[in-house]
Amino acid sequence: MRLLRLLWVFFRVGAMGELAYRANFFLQLLESAVDLGTALGGVVVVFSYTATLGGWRPEEVAALVGVFFLVGGAIRLVVQPSMEQLIESVRDGTLDFTLTKPEDSQILVSIQRVEIWKLTDFALGIAVIAVALLRLGTRLGIWQVAGFAAALLAGGIIVYSFWVILASLSFWFVRVENILVIFQSIYEAGRWPVDLYPPWLKIGLTFLVPVAFATTVPAQALTGRLTWQHLVGAFALAAFLFAAARLLWRVGTRRYSGASA
Amino acid sequence: MGIRDVYRQQFRTTFASFVQYRASIFIWTIERILEPLIYLVVWSAVAKATGGSVGGFSVSQFAAYFIVMMLVTQVTYTWVMYEYEYKIRHGSLSFALLRPIHPVHTDLVDNISSKLITLPLMLLAATVLVLVFKPTFSPPLWAAALFVPALLLAFSVKFVVEWTLALSAFWTTRVSAVNQGYFVAALFLSGQMAPLSLLPHSLQVAASLLPFRWMISFPVELLLGRLNARQALIGLAAQGAWLALGLLLLRTVWRAGVRVYSAVGA
Repeated sequence: MRLLRLLWVFFRVGAMGELAYRANFFLQLLESAVDLGTALGGVVVVFSYTATLGGWRPEEVAALVGVFFLVGGAIRLVVQPSMEQLIESVRDGTLDFTLTKPEDSQILVSIQRVEIWKLTDFALGIAVIAVALLRLGTRLGIWQVAGFAAALLAGGIIVYSFWVILASLSFWFVRVENILVIFQSIYEAGRWPVDLYPPWLKIGLTFLVPVAFATTVPAQALTGRLTWQHLVGAFALAAFLFAAARLLWRVGTRRYSGASA
Repeated sequence: MGIRDVYRQQFRTTFASFVQYRASIFIWTIERILEPLIYLVVWSAVAKATGGSVGGFSVSQFAAYFIVMMLVTQVTYTWVMYEYEYKIRHGSLSFALLRPIHPVHTDLVDNISSKLITLPLMLLAATVLVLVFKPTFSPPLWAAALFVPALLLAFSVKFVVEWTLALSAFWTTRVSAVNQGYFVAALFLSGQMAPLSLLPHSLQVAASLLPFRWMISFPVELLLGRLNARQALIGLAAQGAWLALGLLLLRTVWRAGVRVYSAVGA
């Protein structure tokens, strides 16, 4: 609850900062819509030549695109801006202000900046998922919804932990923002089902850079092809990465020497 | 001091600075490797699902298409549209204006230097992809010979067009919308997402009328042996025409733009 209250505070701060620039909302909405149109346009072109792609039907791939936007939107909404700010503040020493606050420092840095207009990606992602599911005509059972929520939760934890691990490297190295950019561009591979990729790439996208768990696995849950082994595996990886991120954060902050020290 | 000395010195300077800041350049290279790889995988899956070939492309021909596409993208990419938004908005363009030489020269040298530095990585990636995906293509000799001028013209057209579009930052601060529109159009119309012959007819016409096909797709089609001599000559002529038109626009727009430019924080 404490976490949610903090998140709400930072969300409000972000909103107050941005509401002065309301035109940006429409611009961001336009950009998100064009992005989404591009992704769906690609799906349309591909499916004009085939009925299924690696066993996925068009609506199922569209649902995957929706999940891709949903998760990507969440990252761009809070994780990415916060982590970029973290790297910046490690470099110039302003992390001092965060560390002295009476609240868990990892939580504080993880939600310190919220770019509210990125909610457009989030909202469009949900809309696409809804339309895709309607057209599939699947009756969503309670188990499917639960599986989707669980897979999304696990995927969220995995991606978040991965970002924290990468950003924490800034305690040791000066220029890590570049690594973040690499992750962003590899995340693009998640627009398509990872089963399509050759085995070596699939393993890389599952464990090296955990894109598969963020997009493909939740989409599998929605389209009724998720096995419980997948789900257990997702949560095991989530727990492992979360612990690793926590550990790295502890060690890193101990190493951090502050501004002008 | 002639323009040759200027170029030589500029090369030395930018090359040194890029070697120092190589990390970010390599990151963009990874992106340029990954994008064609994704579409290669997707289209191979489509070809396999429909009995081995789609629209005249077999799995190994798709491999050839996207690997050549990757190399052509390496030769033709530019980042001026991102750079000028920043330069014009933050006023750092003023430094370039003080020099007695058109800034396009510096940008050209920067561009070529970054390509030379990342070329080894790109060739390595291409070699790996060739070994993994086993592409096949057999261009006639004349097409392979014409590929070189077509590639250089493609780069020239792309550079001139994007440099001109980058100048839109003189008039608007919403450049990211302009850029996004352009890049989405380029993704479909220059053949990066799929060979143009697989797109709906109207898009193919648009790709040929606009400069997009001539900036990337045309050299790829040529090297894959998918064009006859007549189509190849038409293509080279189209490239020449767009280059001439582009240079003319570049001159005009630049002159008008510099006049409305007021440096910030000067």
